[in-house]
Amino acid sequence: MIQKVRSHPSQNEALLFERSSPGKRAWQLPELDVPAVDAAEALGAANVRAEIPGFPEVSEVEAIRHFTRLSTWNYAIDHGMYPLGSCTMKYNPRINELVARIEGLAWAHPYQPEALAQGAMEVMARLEAALAEITGMDAVTLQPSAGAHGELTGILLIRAALEKRGNPRRKILVPDSAHGTNSATAATAGYTVENVKSTATGVLDLEALARAVDKDVAALMVTNPNTLGVFEENIVQAAEILHAKGAMLYMDGANMNALVGIARPGDFGVDVMHLNLHKTFSTPHGGGGPGAGPVAVKKALEPFLPAPRLKRVRGKWAYDFNRKRSIGRVRAFYGNFGVLVRALAYILAHGGPGLRNATVDAVLNAVYIRKQLEPYFDLPYPAPNMHEVVFSDERQAKLGVRTGDLAKRLIDYGFHPYTVSFPLIVHGALMIEPTETESKLELDQFIDAMISIAKEVETDPEMVKQAPHSTRTSRVDEVAAARKPVLRWKPA
Amino acid sequence: MRYLPKSDSERRQMLDACGVASAEDLFAHLPEAVRLRRPLDLAPGISEYEIVDYFRQRAAENANEYASFLGAGVYRHYRPVLVDTVVSRGEFLTSYTPYQAEISQGTLTTIFEFQTMICQLTGMDVANASMYDGSTAVPEAAMMAARITGRRRVLAARTVHPEYREVLRTYARHQGMPVEEFGYVQDSGAIDLEDLERKIDDQTAAVIVQSPNFFGVIDEVKAAAEIAHRHGALLIVVFTEAVSLGILEPPADADIVAGELQSFAISPSYGGPYAGIIATRDKFVRQMPGRLVGQTVDTHGNRAFCLTLSTREQHIRREKATSNICTNQALIALMATVFMTVYGKQGLRELALQNAAKAHYLAGNLKPAFNGKFFNEFVVRAGNPEAVNKALLKKKIIGGLPLGRFYPELSDSMLVCATEMARRADMDELSQALRAPAVAEVLA
Amino acid sequence: MYPENFRYTKEHEWVQVEGGIGTIGITDHAQQELGDIVYVDLPKPGTRVEQGRSLGSVESVKAVSDIYAPVSGEVTEINPVLADAPEKLNEDPHGAAWLVKIRLSAPGELPELMTAADYQAYIGAEK
Repeated sequence: MIQKVRSHPSQNEALLFERSSPGKRAWQLPELDVPAVDAAEALGAANVRAEIPGFPEVSEVEAIRHFTRLSTWNYAIDHGMYPLGSCTMKYNPRINELVARIEGLAWAHPYQPEALAQGAMEVMARLEAALAEITGMDAVTLQPSAGAHGELTGILLIRAALEKRGNPRRKILVPDSAHGTNSATAATAGYTVENVKSTATGVLDLEALARAVDKDVAALMVTNPNTLGVFEENIVQAAEILHAKGAMLYMDGANMNALVGIARPGDFGVDVMHLNLHKTFSTPHGGGGPGAGPVAVKKALEPFLPAPRLKRVRGKWAYDFNRKRSIGRVRAFYGNFGVLVRALAYILAHGGPGLRNATVDAVLNAVYIRKQLEPYFDLPYPAPNMHEVVFSDERQAKLGVRTGDLAKRLIDYGFHPYTVSFPLIVHGALMIEPTETESKLELDQFIDAMISIAKEVETDPEMVKQAPHSTRTSRVDEVAAARKPVLRWKPA
Repeated sequence: MRYLPKSDSERRQMLDACGVASAEDLFAHLPEAVRLRRPLDLAPGISEYEIVDYFRQRAAENANEYASFLGAGVYRHYRPVLVDTVVSRGEFLTSYTPYQAEISQGTLTTIFEFQTMICQLTGMDVANASMYDGSTAVPEAAMMAARITGRRRVLAARTVHPEYREVLRTYARHQGMPVEEFGYVQDSGAIDLEDLERKIDDQTAAVIVQSPNFFGVIDEVKAAAEIAHRHGALLIVVFTEAVSLGILEPPADADIVAGELQSFAISPSYGGPYAGIIATRDKFVRQMPGRLVGQTVDTHGNRAFCLTLSTREQHIRREKATSNICTNQALIALMATVFMTVYGKQGLRELALQNAAKAHYLAGNLKPAFNGKFFNEFVVRAGNPEAVNKALLKKKIIGGLPLGRFYPELSDSMLVCATEMARRADMDELSQALRAPAVAEVLA
Repeated sequence: MYPENFRYTKEHEWVQVEGGIGTIGITDHAQQELGDIVYVDLPKPGTRVEQGRSLGSVESVKAVSDIYAPVSGEVTEINPVLADAPEKLNEDPHGAAWLVKIRLSAPGELPELMTAADYQAYIGAEK
């Protein structure tokens, strides 16, 4: 029985351009306190544009209704669980939104004098220190704007360190279970990518790794726990193999939600890693971004970090631009400061013991889901899981229903789908990560929904394959969207 | 802890259901060597009220209630109240990337509107659903040009934002893309076309210019396009002050536009998060990085939107992807979308005109160092800019950006910006300070 | 199902040679695996291709597959139909939706490829 309340009223709403008509307005500026200018005279006649063709003109009421109505067509964490594996869709604390908007922080210009930016610099310094403690690393840069950006920064740091030793090397190793960003990043950094197979139990194959690590290998990029939610039990030995050959260990921190307070990457051999503040540290996804991807390094890589670095001078914060070995900037200014504020607020709210408790709850939730769903879904890798669990659609596929279909049916039960078809080493994967901010009630509703769907597959597979049935928008034609892309509105 | 919605008895029930004696047993399978056997060295958690206090104190240690004439890539503009009203809705704030189209039509529709408005503003055919920021959009555009032309060299104008050029060099170094720069003309502050002509060759993938440029000057985009195209290179046009597009001719001669939307109701926020865009011609769409939303229909034939052309992206193409980028700045782009909606066709033009009026009033009392036409920023000689700024701070005014750190030849100058927020009284104070006897003597 | 006068590769391409020109495509098995094709990326006429190296790619909504040259040579023609109607590749992969024509530079490569019977057995075994 479907227990959840439907989240979208059946409201229609046209595009802005279709609601627009000349002369409607939602704006008013103050009167000028200086003389107006003639555009052609001030800017040069050739530089002045005609009106912006097709740009909307609507009133304030229409604007607020437009966006409010559209918002009701979205699912969100505020509605219910997103069991998306490796996304860590935890609650976005509202206090974070409030503090990020405090005027002295929100209106700070990155070029305002250091003496008038001490508060912002203190926030960044405090966050760097907290992240270093959490990861067991020696130094942190807050410049990268997202996980992939952090990865690129991390690989560039490795390259710089190896170059200083005389040879940047040519290859990066990536497990076959890895996220596609890892390969794309390695390529952007000028390395070729080689895959390393996992063992039958889904972890790094040390023998395969040992064979693959030669003098051409710069690093191994690993996610720990891996994309199966399983801790890489051989990580310490893997690090030793790499270090013995002068290579480094990069860790993708996407799954840190399983480790905070329990184990620190710096303690198990990681040289450089990135964190996802929009995952582990609760900053909101906002429909796809912004995020932040700080990078934490061991001392040996500190000289290469992007400039500037924060330093203390006569009791105040200052920027050190004199960083001769720095890889350079990976973005303008200092990083996604507004996101950094939110992450620090999250850390302050939990504190040390609290962060550890969150990890324990995150793992408990995922293990609980695994136990309840094991009788109904195939579990290809039976090793103990941590904060996420990966099933396969093998049983359901025999009846013609695939993971994508099951996911769409889950929508009818009021949940966002789990991660479909990833990692690729599992055929027809269902990757589920509840996070710690889900109650037992929500988890039980999710489990009941999944069990109900498993039964529906046996009695009425066609119905499952046509899901979702209860949404305002039914399955969309992605093929047509890709064959004949229409990427903007045009007037009729 | 208020974010953890389980009681101890529920935890007990769940552990029992898993056949686990205690929560610590959940980690028993981890090798002992990796375990952290001490508490994290972080203070215990604090209440909401203490968190607000902490950040209020930090905010008090920043500038508060200062007038500011800083621009240089980050601009102070009014933020319509509707912007935060809309983005604070949980359905927008706490939703995920719209991979599941059926339950993300809110996000997808607003992104489609955003893509449309960026095309209308820039005169391009297609725009993506935003990059991290303007500075990272530039190397992405350069790599795109390299893929399209099959060439490797990049020529960037010195009048492109200095930090953007630094980011370009960081990325280009590892792509085997040599980056060379060409200069500007002393009197106008616009690009030196002769220098460009000397340096361009048949290995140049892209010429990169900015307009209005870092000095605020409206630059020679058409002429740069002619030179670039004559040599088979693409023209990338960068903008950092989006409001300028309300009144200035869009870069229709560009092949790729890479820009920053911070001016559209995105708080300066000490440097980020912002939203960069890439816009281009239809023929280059498959080489574009970043997410794209396309129009389609659902099974009932109703118009619907979905992410499309995903095969360009990292999660499918892996090492052959057009970029490693995974995120888009969706929430920030939504702020810009609401801003563009509130101002609309007439409002954006009016806003731009007010900016021009303020800056030209200020310039009228000073003597801009360059004679090129400018929008809302310009360079002015200041003798000792740091000393001038120090004096201004006493009047709670933050002066322009001293240029010496980026342009040694301009260490006697500062870059000043006046937007619609600049007040006449503050502009008059600034003019006074810049015309003060000490300064006048140095200039004489 | 699989034309006798074609030769096949392990990567699911076919080639049919006549008068030194090889017509190349992907097999029915390949188009089934890919699902609805949305885009085909082909090299320009005049491009030199090498046996076993990628000469382009085929895209569905969720996946991209490289097309590997079954034989070496120079591209003489590409199929104009596929730019506007990539779906033809799903409908008629062995006929109207050929991909490229190549002037063979090493005809000796041809006999190494699989016959229709070999290919049938190969995909049977793959399952």
